[in-house]
Amino acid sequence: MAVVFDRPKALIDVPFHYCPGCTHGIVHRLVAEAIDELGIEGRTVGIAPVGCSVMAYDYFACDMIEAAHGRAPAVATGVKRSDPDNLIVFTYQGDGDLASIGTAETVHAAARNENITVIFINNAIYGMTGGQMAPTSLPGQVTQTSPYGRDPKACGYPVKICEMLSELEGPEYLERVTVNSVANVRKAKKAIKKAFQNQIEGKGFSLIEVISSCPTNWGMTPKDALKWIDDHMIPYYPLGVYKDRTGGIDKFAKKEDK
Amino acid sequence: MTTKYLFAGFGGQGLLFSGKVLAYKGLIEDKNVSWLPSYGPEMRGGTASCGVTISDEPIGAPIVLEPDVLVAMNLPSLDKYEGKVTPGGYIFVDSSLIERKVQRDDVKVYYVPATKLASDNGSTTLANMVLVGKLLQVLGSYNEETVEKALGKCISARHADLLDLNRKMMEIGRDY
Amino acid sequence: MSEKVLMKGNEAIAEAAIMAGSRHYFGYPITPQTEIAAYMAKRMPKIGGTFLQAESEIAAINMVYGVSSAGKRVMTSSSSPGISLKGEGISYLAGTDLPAVIVNAQRGGPGLGGIQPSQSDYFQATRGGGHGDYHILVLAPSSVQEMAELTIKAFDLADQYLMPAMVLADGTTGQMMEPVSFDFQIKEPPAKPWATTGTKCARPHNIANSLYLDPEKLERINNERFKRYEVIKANEALAEEYLTEDADIVVAGFGIAARIAKNAVQEARAQGIKAGLIRPITLWPFPEKPFAEAAKHAKRFISVELSMGQMIEDVKLATECKVPVSLCYRVGGMIPSPQQVYEAIVNAAKEVK
Repeated sequence: MAVVFDRPKALIDVPFHYCPGCTHGIVHRLVAEAIDELGIEGRTVGIAPVGCSVMAYDYFACDMIEAAHGRAPAVATGVKRSDPDNLIVFTYQGDGDLASIGTAETVHAAARNENITVIFINNAIYGMTGGQMAPTSLPGQVTQTSPYGRDPKACGYPVKICEMLSELEGPEYLERVTVNSVANVRKAKKAIKKAFQNQIEGKGFSLIEVISSCPTNWGMTPKDALKWIDDHMIPYYPLGVYKDRTGGIDKFAKKEDK
Repeated sequence: MTTKYLFAGFGGQGLLFSGKVLAYKGLIEDKNVSWLPSYGPEMRGGTASCGVTISDEPIGAPIVLEPDVLVAMNLPSLDKYEGKVTPGGYIFVDSSLIERKVQRDDVKVYYVPATKLASDNGSTTLANMVLVGKLLQVLGSYNEETVEKALGKCISARHADLLDLNRKMMEIGRDY
Repeated sequence: MSEKVLMKGNEAIAEAAIMAGSRHYFGYPITPQTEIAAYMAKRMPKIGGTFLQAESEIAAINMVYGVSSAGKRVMTSSSSPGISLKGEGISYLAGTDLPAVIVNAQRGGPGLGGIQPSQSDYFQATRGGGHGDYHILVLAPSSVQEMAELTIKAFDLADQYLMPAMVLADGTTGQMMEPVSFDFQIKEPPAKPWATTGTKCARPHNIANSLYLDPEKLERINNERFKRYEVIKANEALAEEYLTEDADIVVAGFGIAARIAKNAVQEARAQGIKAGLIRPITLWPFPEKPFAEAAKHAKRFISVELSMGQMIEDVKLATECKVPVSLCYRVGGMIPSPQQVYEAIVNAAKEVK
C-alpha cells in the first residue's frame, strides 16, 4: 500500500507541546515540507525565538539555535555570514519577539536584504507568558495586560510588519498569509517554499507573516478562533504580497522606471 | 635616559603626525617609544595634544604630564603647559601664532615663526614639521638617514611629493 | 613580519584577531575603540572576511553568537556603555558554552560617563556582567604588544574552554601607539563537532541552546560548568611580578595602572623603600598565588585603580585580609600620576615603621 501522507522528514518524531488548536503545528509542518521538497535539510540551520515556539529546536531535524528574545535575525545574520554559499538559515519568530523586543533586528536584517528566511507568526498575543497584549494586538482586544481592551490612546496602534518593511528598499519578498482554511494553508505553503527558494537563489531577505490563532489566550474554541481570524484579524492585516522584487511588486522599482 | 615630548595646539595642526614621526625615528634608532594622543571632540578643532616618550629603558607610564620638551602651537597650549615643563627642559614656540614670550627662566626657549616659514615655502599646513626639524637640531639628534626612514614609515609611498615637502619643512626648521 | 611597527593598541587588537583566524567582526561605533571597527572594515573585505556594522551592540553580540554557533572564530568590540548592552548576549554565550572574543576599551562611567580611560568595568567583567552564574575569561593588556598577544591568547582560551573571553583594555591602551611585533605562532583551533554547520543529513542535529526548563538538568549543567572554571583557575591565572620577593609594600595594578605603578615602585626603590608590584594579566581567573605569597612577608598592599576600588576586593580575598590593603585611585577618565602612587607608597612605608 502506498503511503500518501506522512510526517515530513525535517520534523523529528516527537510530540509538540503546543495547545490544542494552535496553528504553530501547521506552520511547523509547512516549513518542514518546504525543507524536504527543496532537499536542503542537511544544510539548513533554524533559529528558534523566545515565545511559544521556543522549543522549536527540538522539533526541526536540521541544526538549530535558540536565540535571545528578539535577536533571531541578528543570530541568523551571523550564521549566514559564517558560510553564505552553503548554509540556508531561517528564523521562526512570534509577534512579541519579532515586532516588539526585536524590531530593530527585524528592520535592519530586512534593510540589509540579509539572505535569510523569516517565518513570522502573528497571533496578536503573547502566548507563552499567558496572554498579554502584543505589538500586534488589535484595538479593543482584551488581553491580560489590556483588560479593558487595547486602548490606542494609551498604548498605541498595532505594528503592521509587512506594510512597514515594504517601505524599505532592502527586502526581497514580503507576504502575509494565514492558515485558517485548507485553501489558505495551501497558499501559505507556497509562500513559505518561495521564501526558502529565494534564499537558495541568493535573492535576499524573505519574510512570511502567518496570521495565526491562539485559542487558549483568545479564550475561544479552536474553530471559533479560526473564524475570528477571518472576522477580525484579516480586515486589519490584509493578506497578500507586499513586496516581491523579482516578481515585480516593488514600489522602488516603479519609481526608477518613471 | 628617558625624554618626554608634548606637542600641543589646535586639532588639525598635525600634532599627532609630528609625534608619530618622532616616535618612528626613535623606534628606528632602537629606542623604546610610546605615543599617546588626546582624543575625543577636541581632535576636531579644539586644543589637542600628543605625548611621545622615547627611552633607553622599558617605558612605564606613557602619559606625558611633565614634558621635557614642549612644542606649543597655540596660546592656550602654552598657557596650559608652560608650567609643567621640567626644569632644564625645552619649549619650542610657533611665534607666528603665539605673540607672548615664555615667562620661565629655567627652561630653554626657541621661538620659530613656523607657520610663516611654512607658508612662505609652499605649505600652509606643515608648520608642525618645521618645529620638529628645529627640535631635532637643538637636541642634537637630527640624523638625515633616520629622519628619512621615519618619514617613509609615516607617509605612504603613493604620496612621494608629500614626503619631499615634509623633509623640506624639517630642513627649514633645522636651518632656522 | 617580525619587524616592529608602530601601531595603536586598538589596531593591534584588530590585526591580532585576523592573525588568530577570526574572519568575522561585528561592532557598533563608540569612542574610544572605533579604530578596531575601522581597521576591520578596511581589512576584512580584502581577506574574504566579514565586517558588519551592526544596528546596535545588542545585534552585534548576537551576530557573534551566530558565527560562534557555526563554529568559526569571531570578535566584537566596544566600550563601557556598549558592553552593558552586550551583557545579555555574553550571558547567552556563556550559557550555551560558546567561545567568542569581546574587547572592552573602558571609559569613565556610570551611565554615558565620559570618553577618557577608566577601569571601572572590573566588576562587570570579572563577575560575568550579565545575568546568571557564570564567568568569562578576562585578560588585561598593559602595552600595545600585549594588546596583540592577549587577543590571540583570548581566542585560544575561549576555544579551549568553550566560553567568552574579554580583552579588558582602556582608552589609553587603545589609543596609544607603541612598537609591536606580530611574530606569533598561531595554534590551530580545536575541532568543533558541536557546531551548527548543517547536519548533511549524516548526524543528529546539533542545538546551540541555553534553555533548560528542567531545574535538575540546569543545576547539573551549572555544576559542570563550574568544575571547568576550577580547572581554569588552577591552570590559567597569570601575573607579572616585579621586585616582590623582599617587598614590604606591594602595589597591585593592571593595565595602564600597572605601568604607572611601576614607575612609582622604581622611584620608591631608589629612595630605599622596599616596594614591589604585582600586575594581574588575567583578571578572571584572578592570580591569587602571587598575592598569597607576597602576603607572607609584605606589610602593606596598595591597589592602584582607575576606579573607586574594585580589584581591591580581589586583592583582599587573595591575601585573606592578612595584610591591610589601601586604595590609590583616580576616576572619571582621570589617571593617577606616578607621583600620586609614589606618595601612597611612602605613606604606607611610614605606617609600617
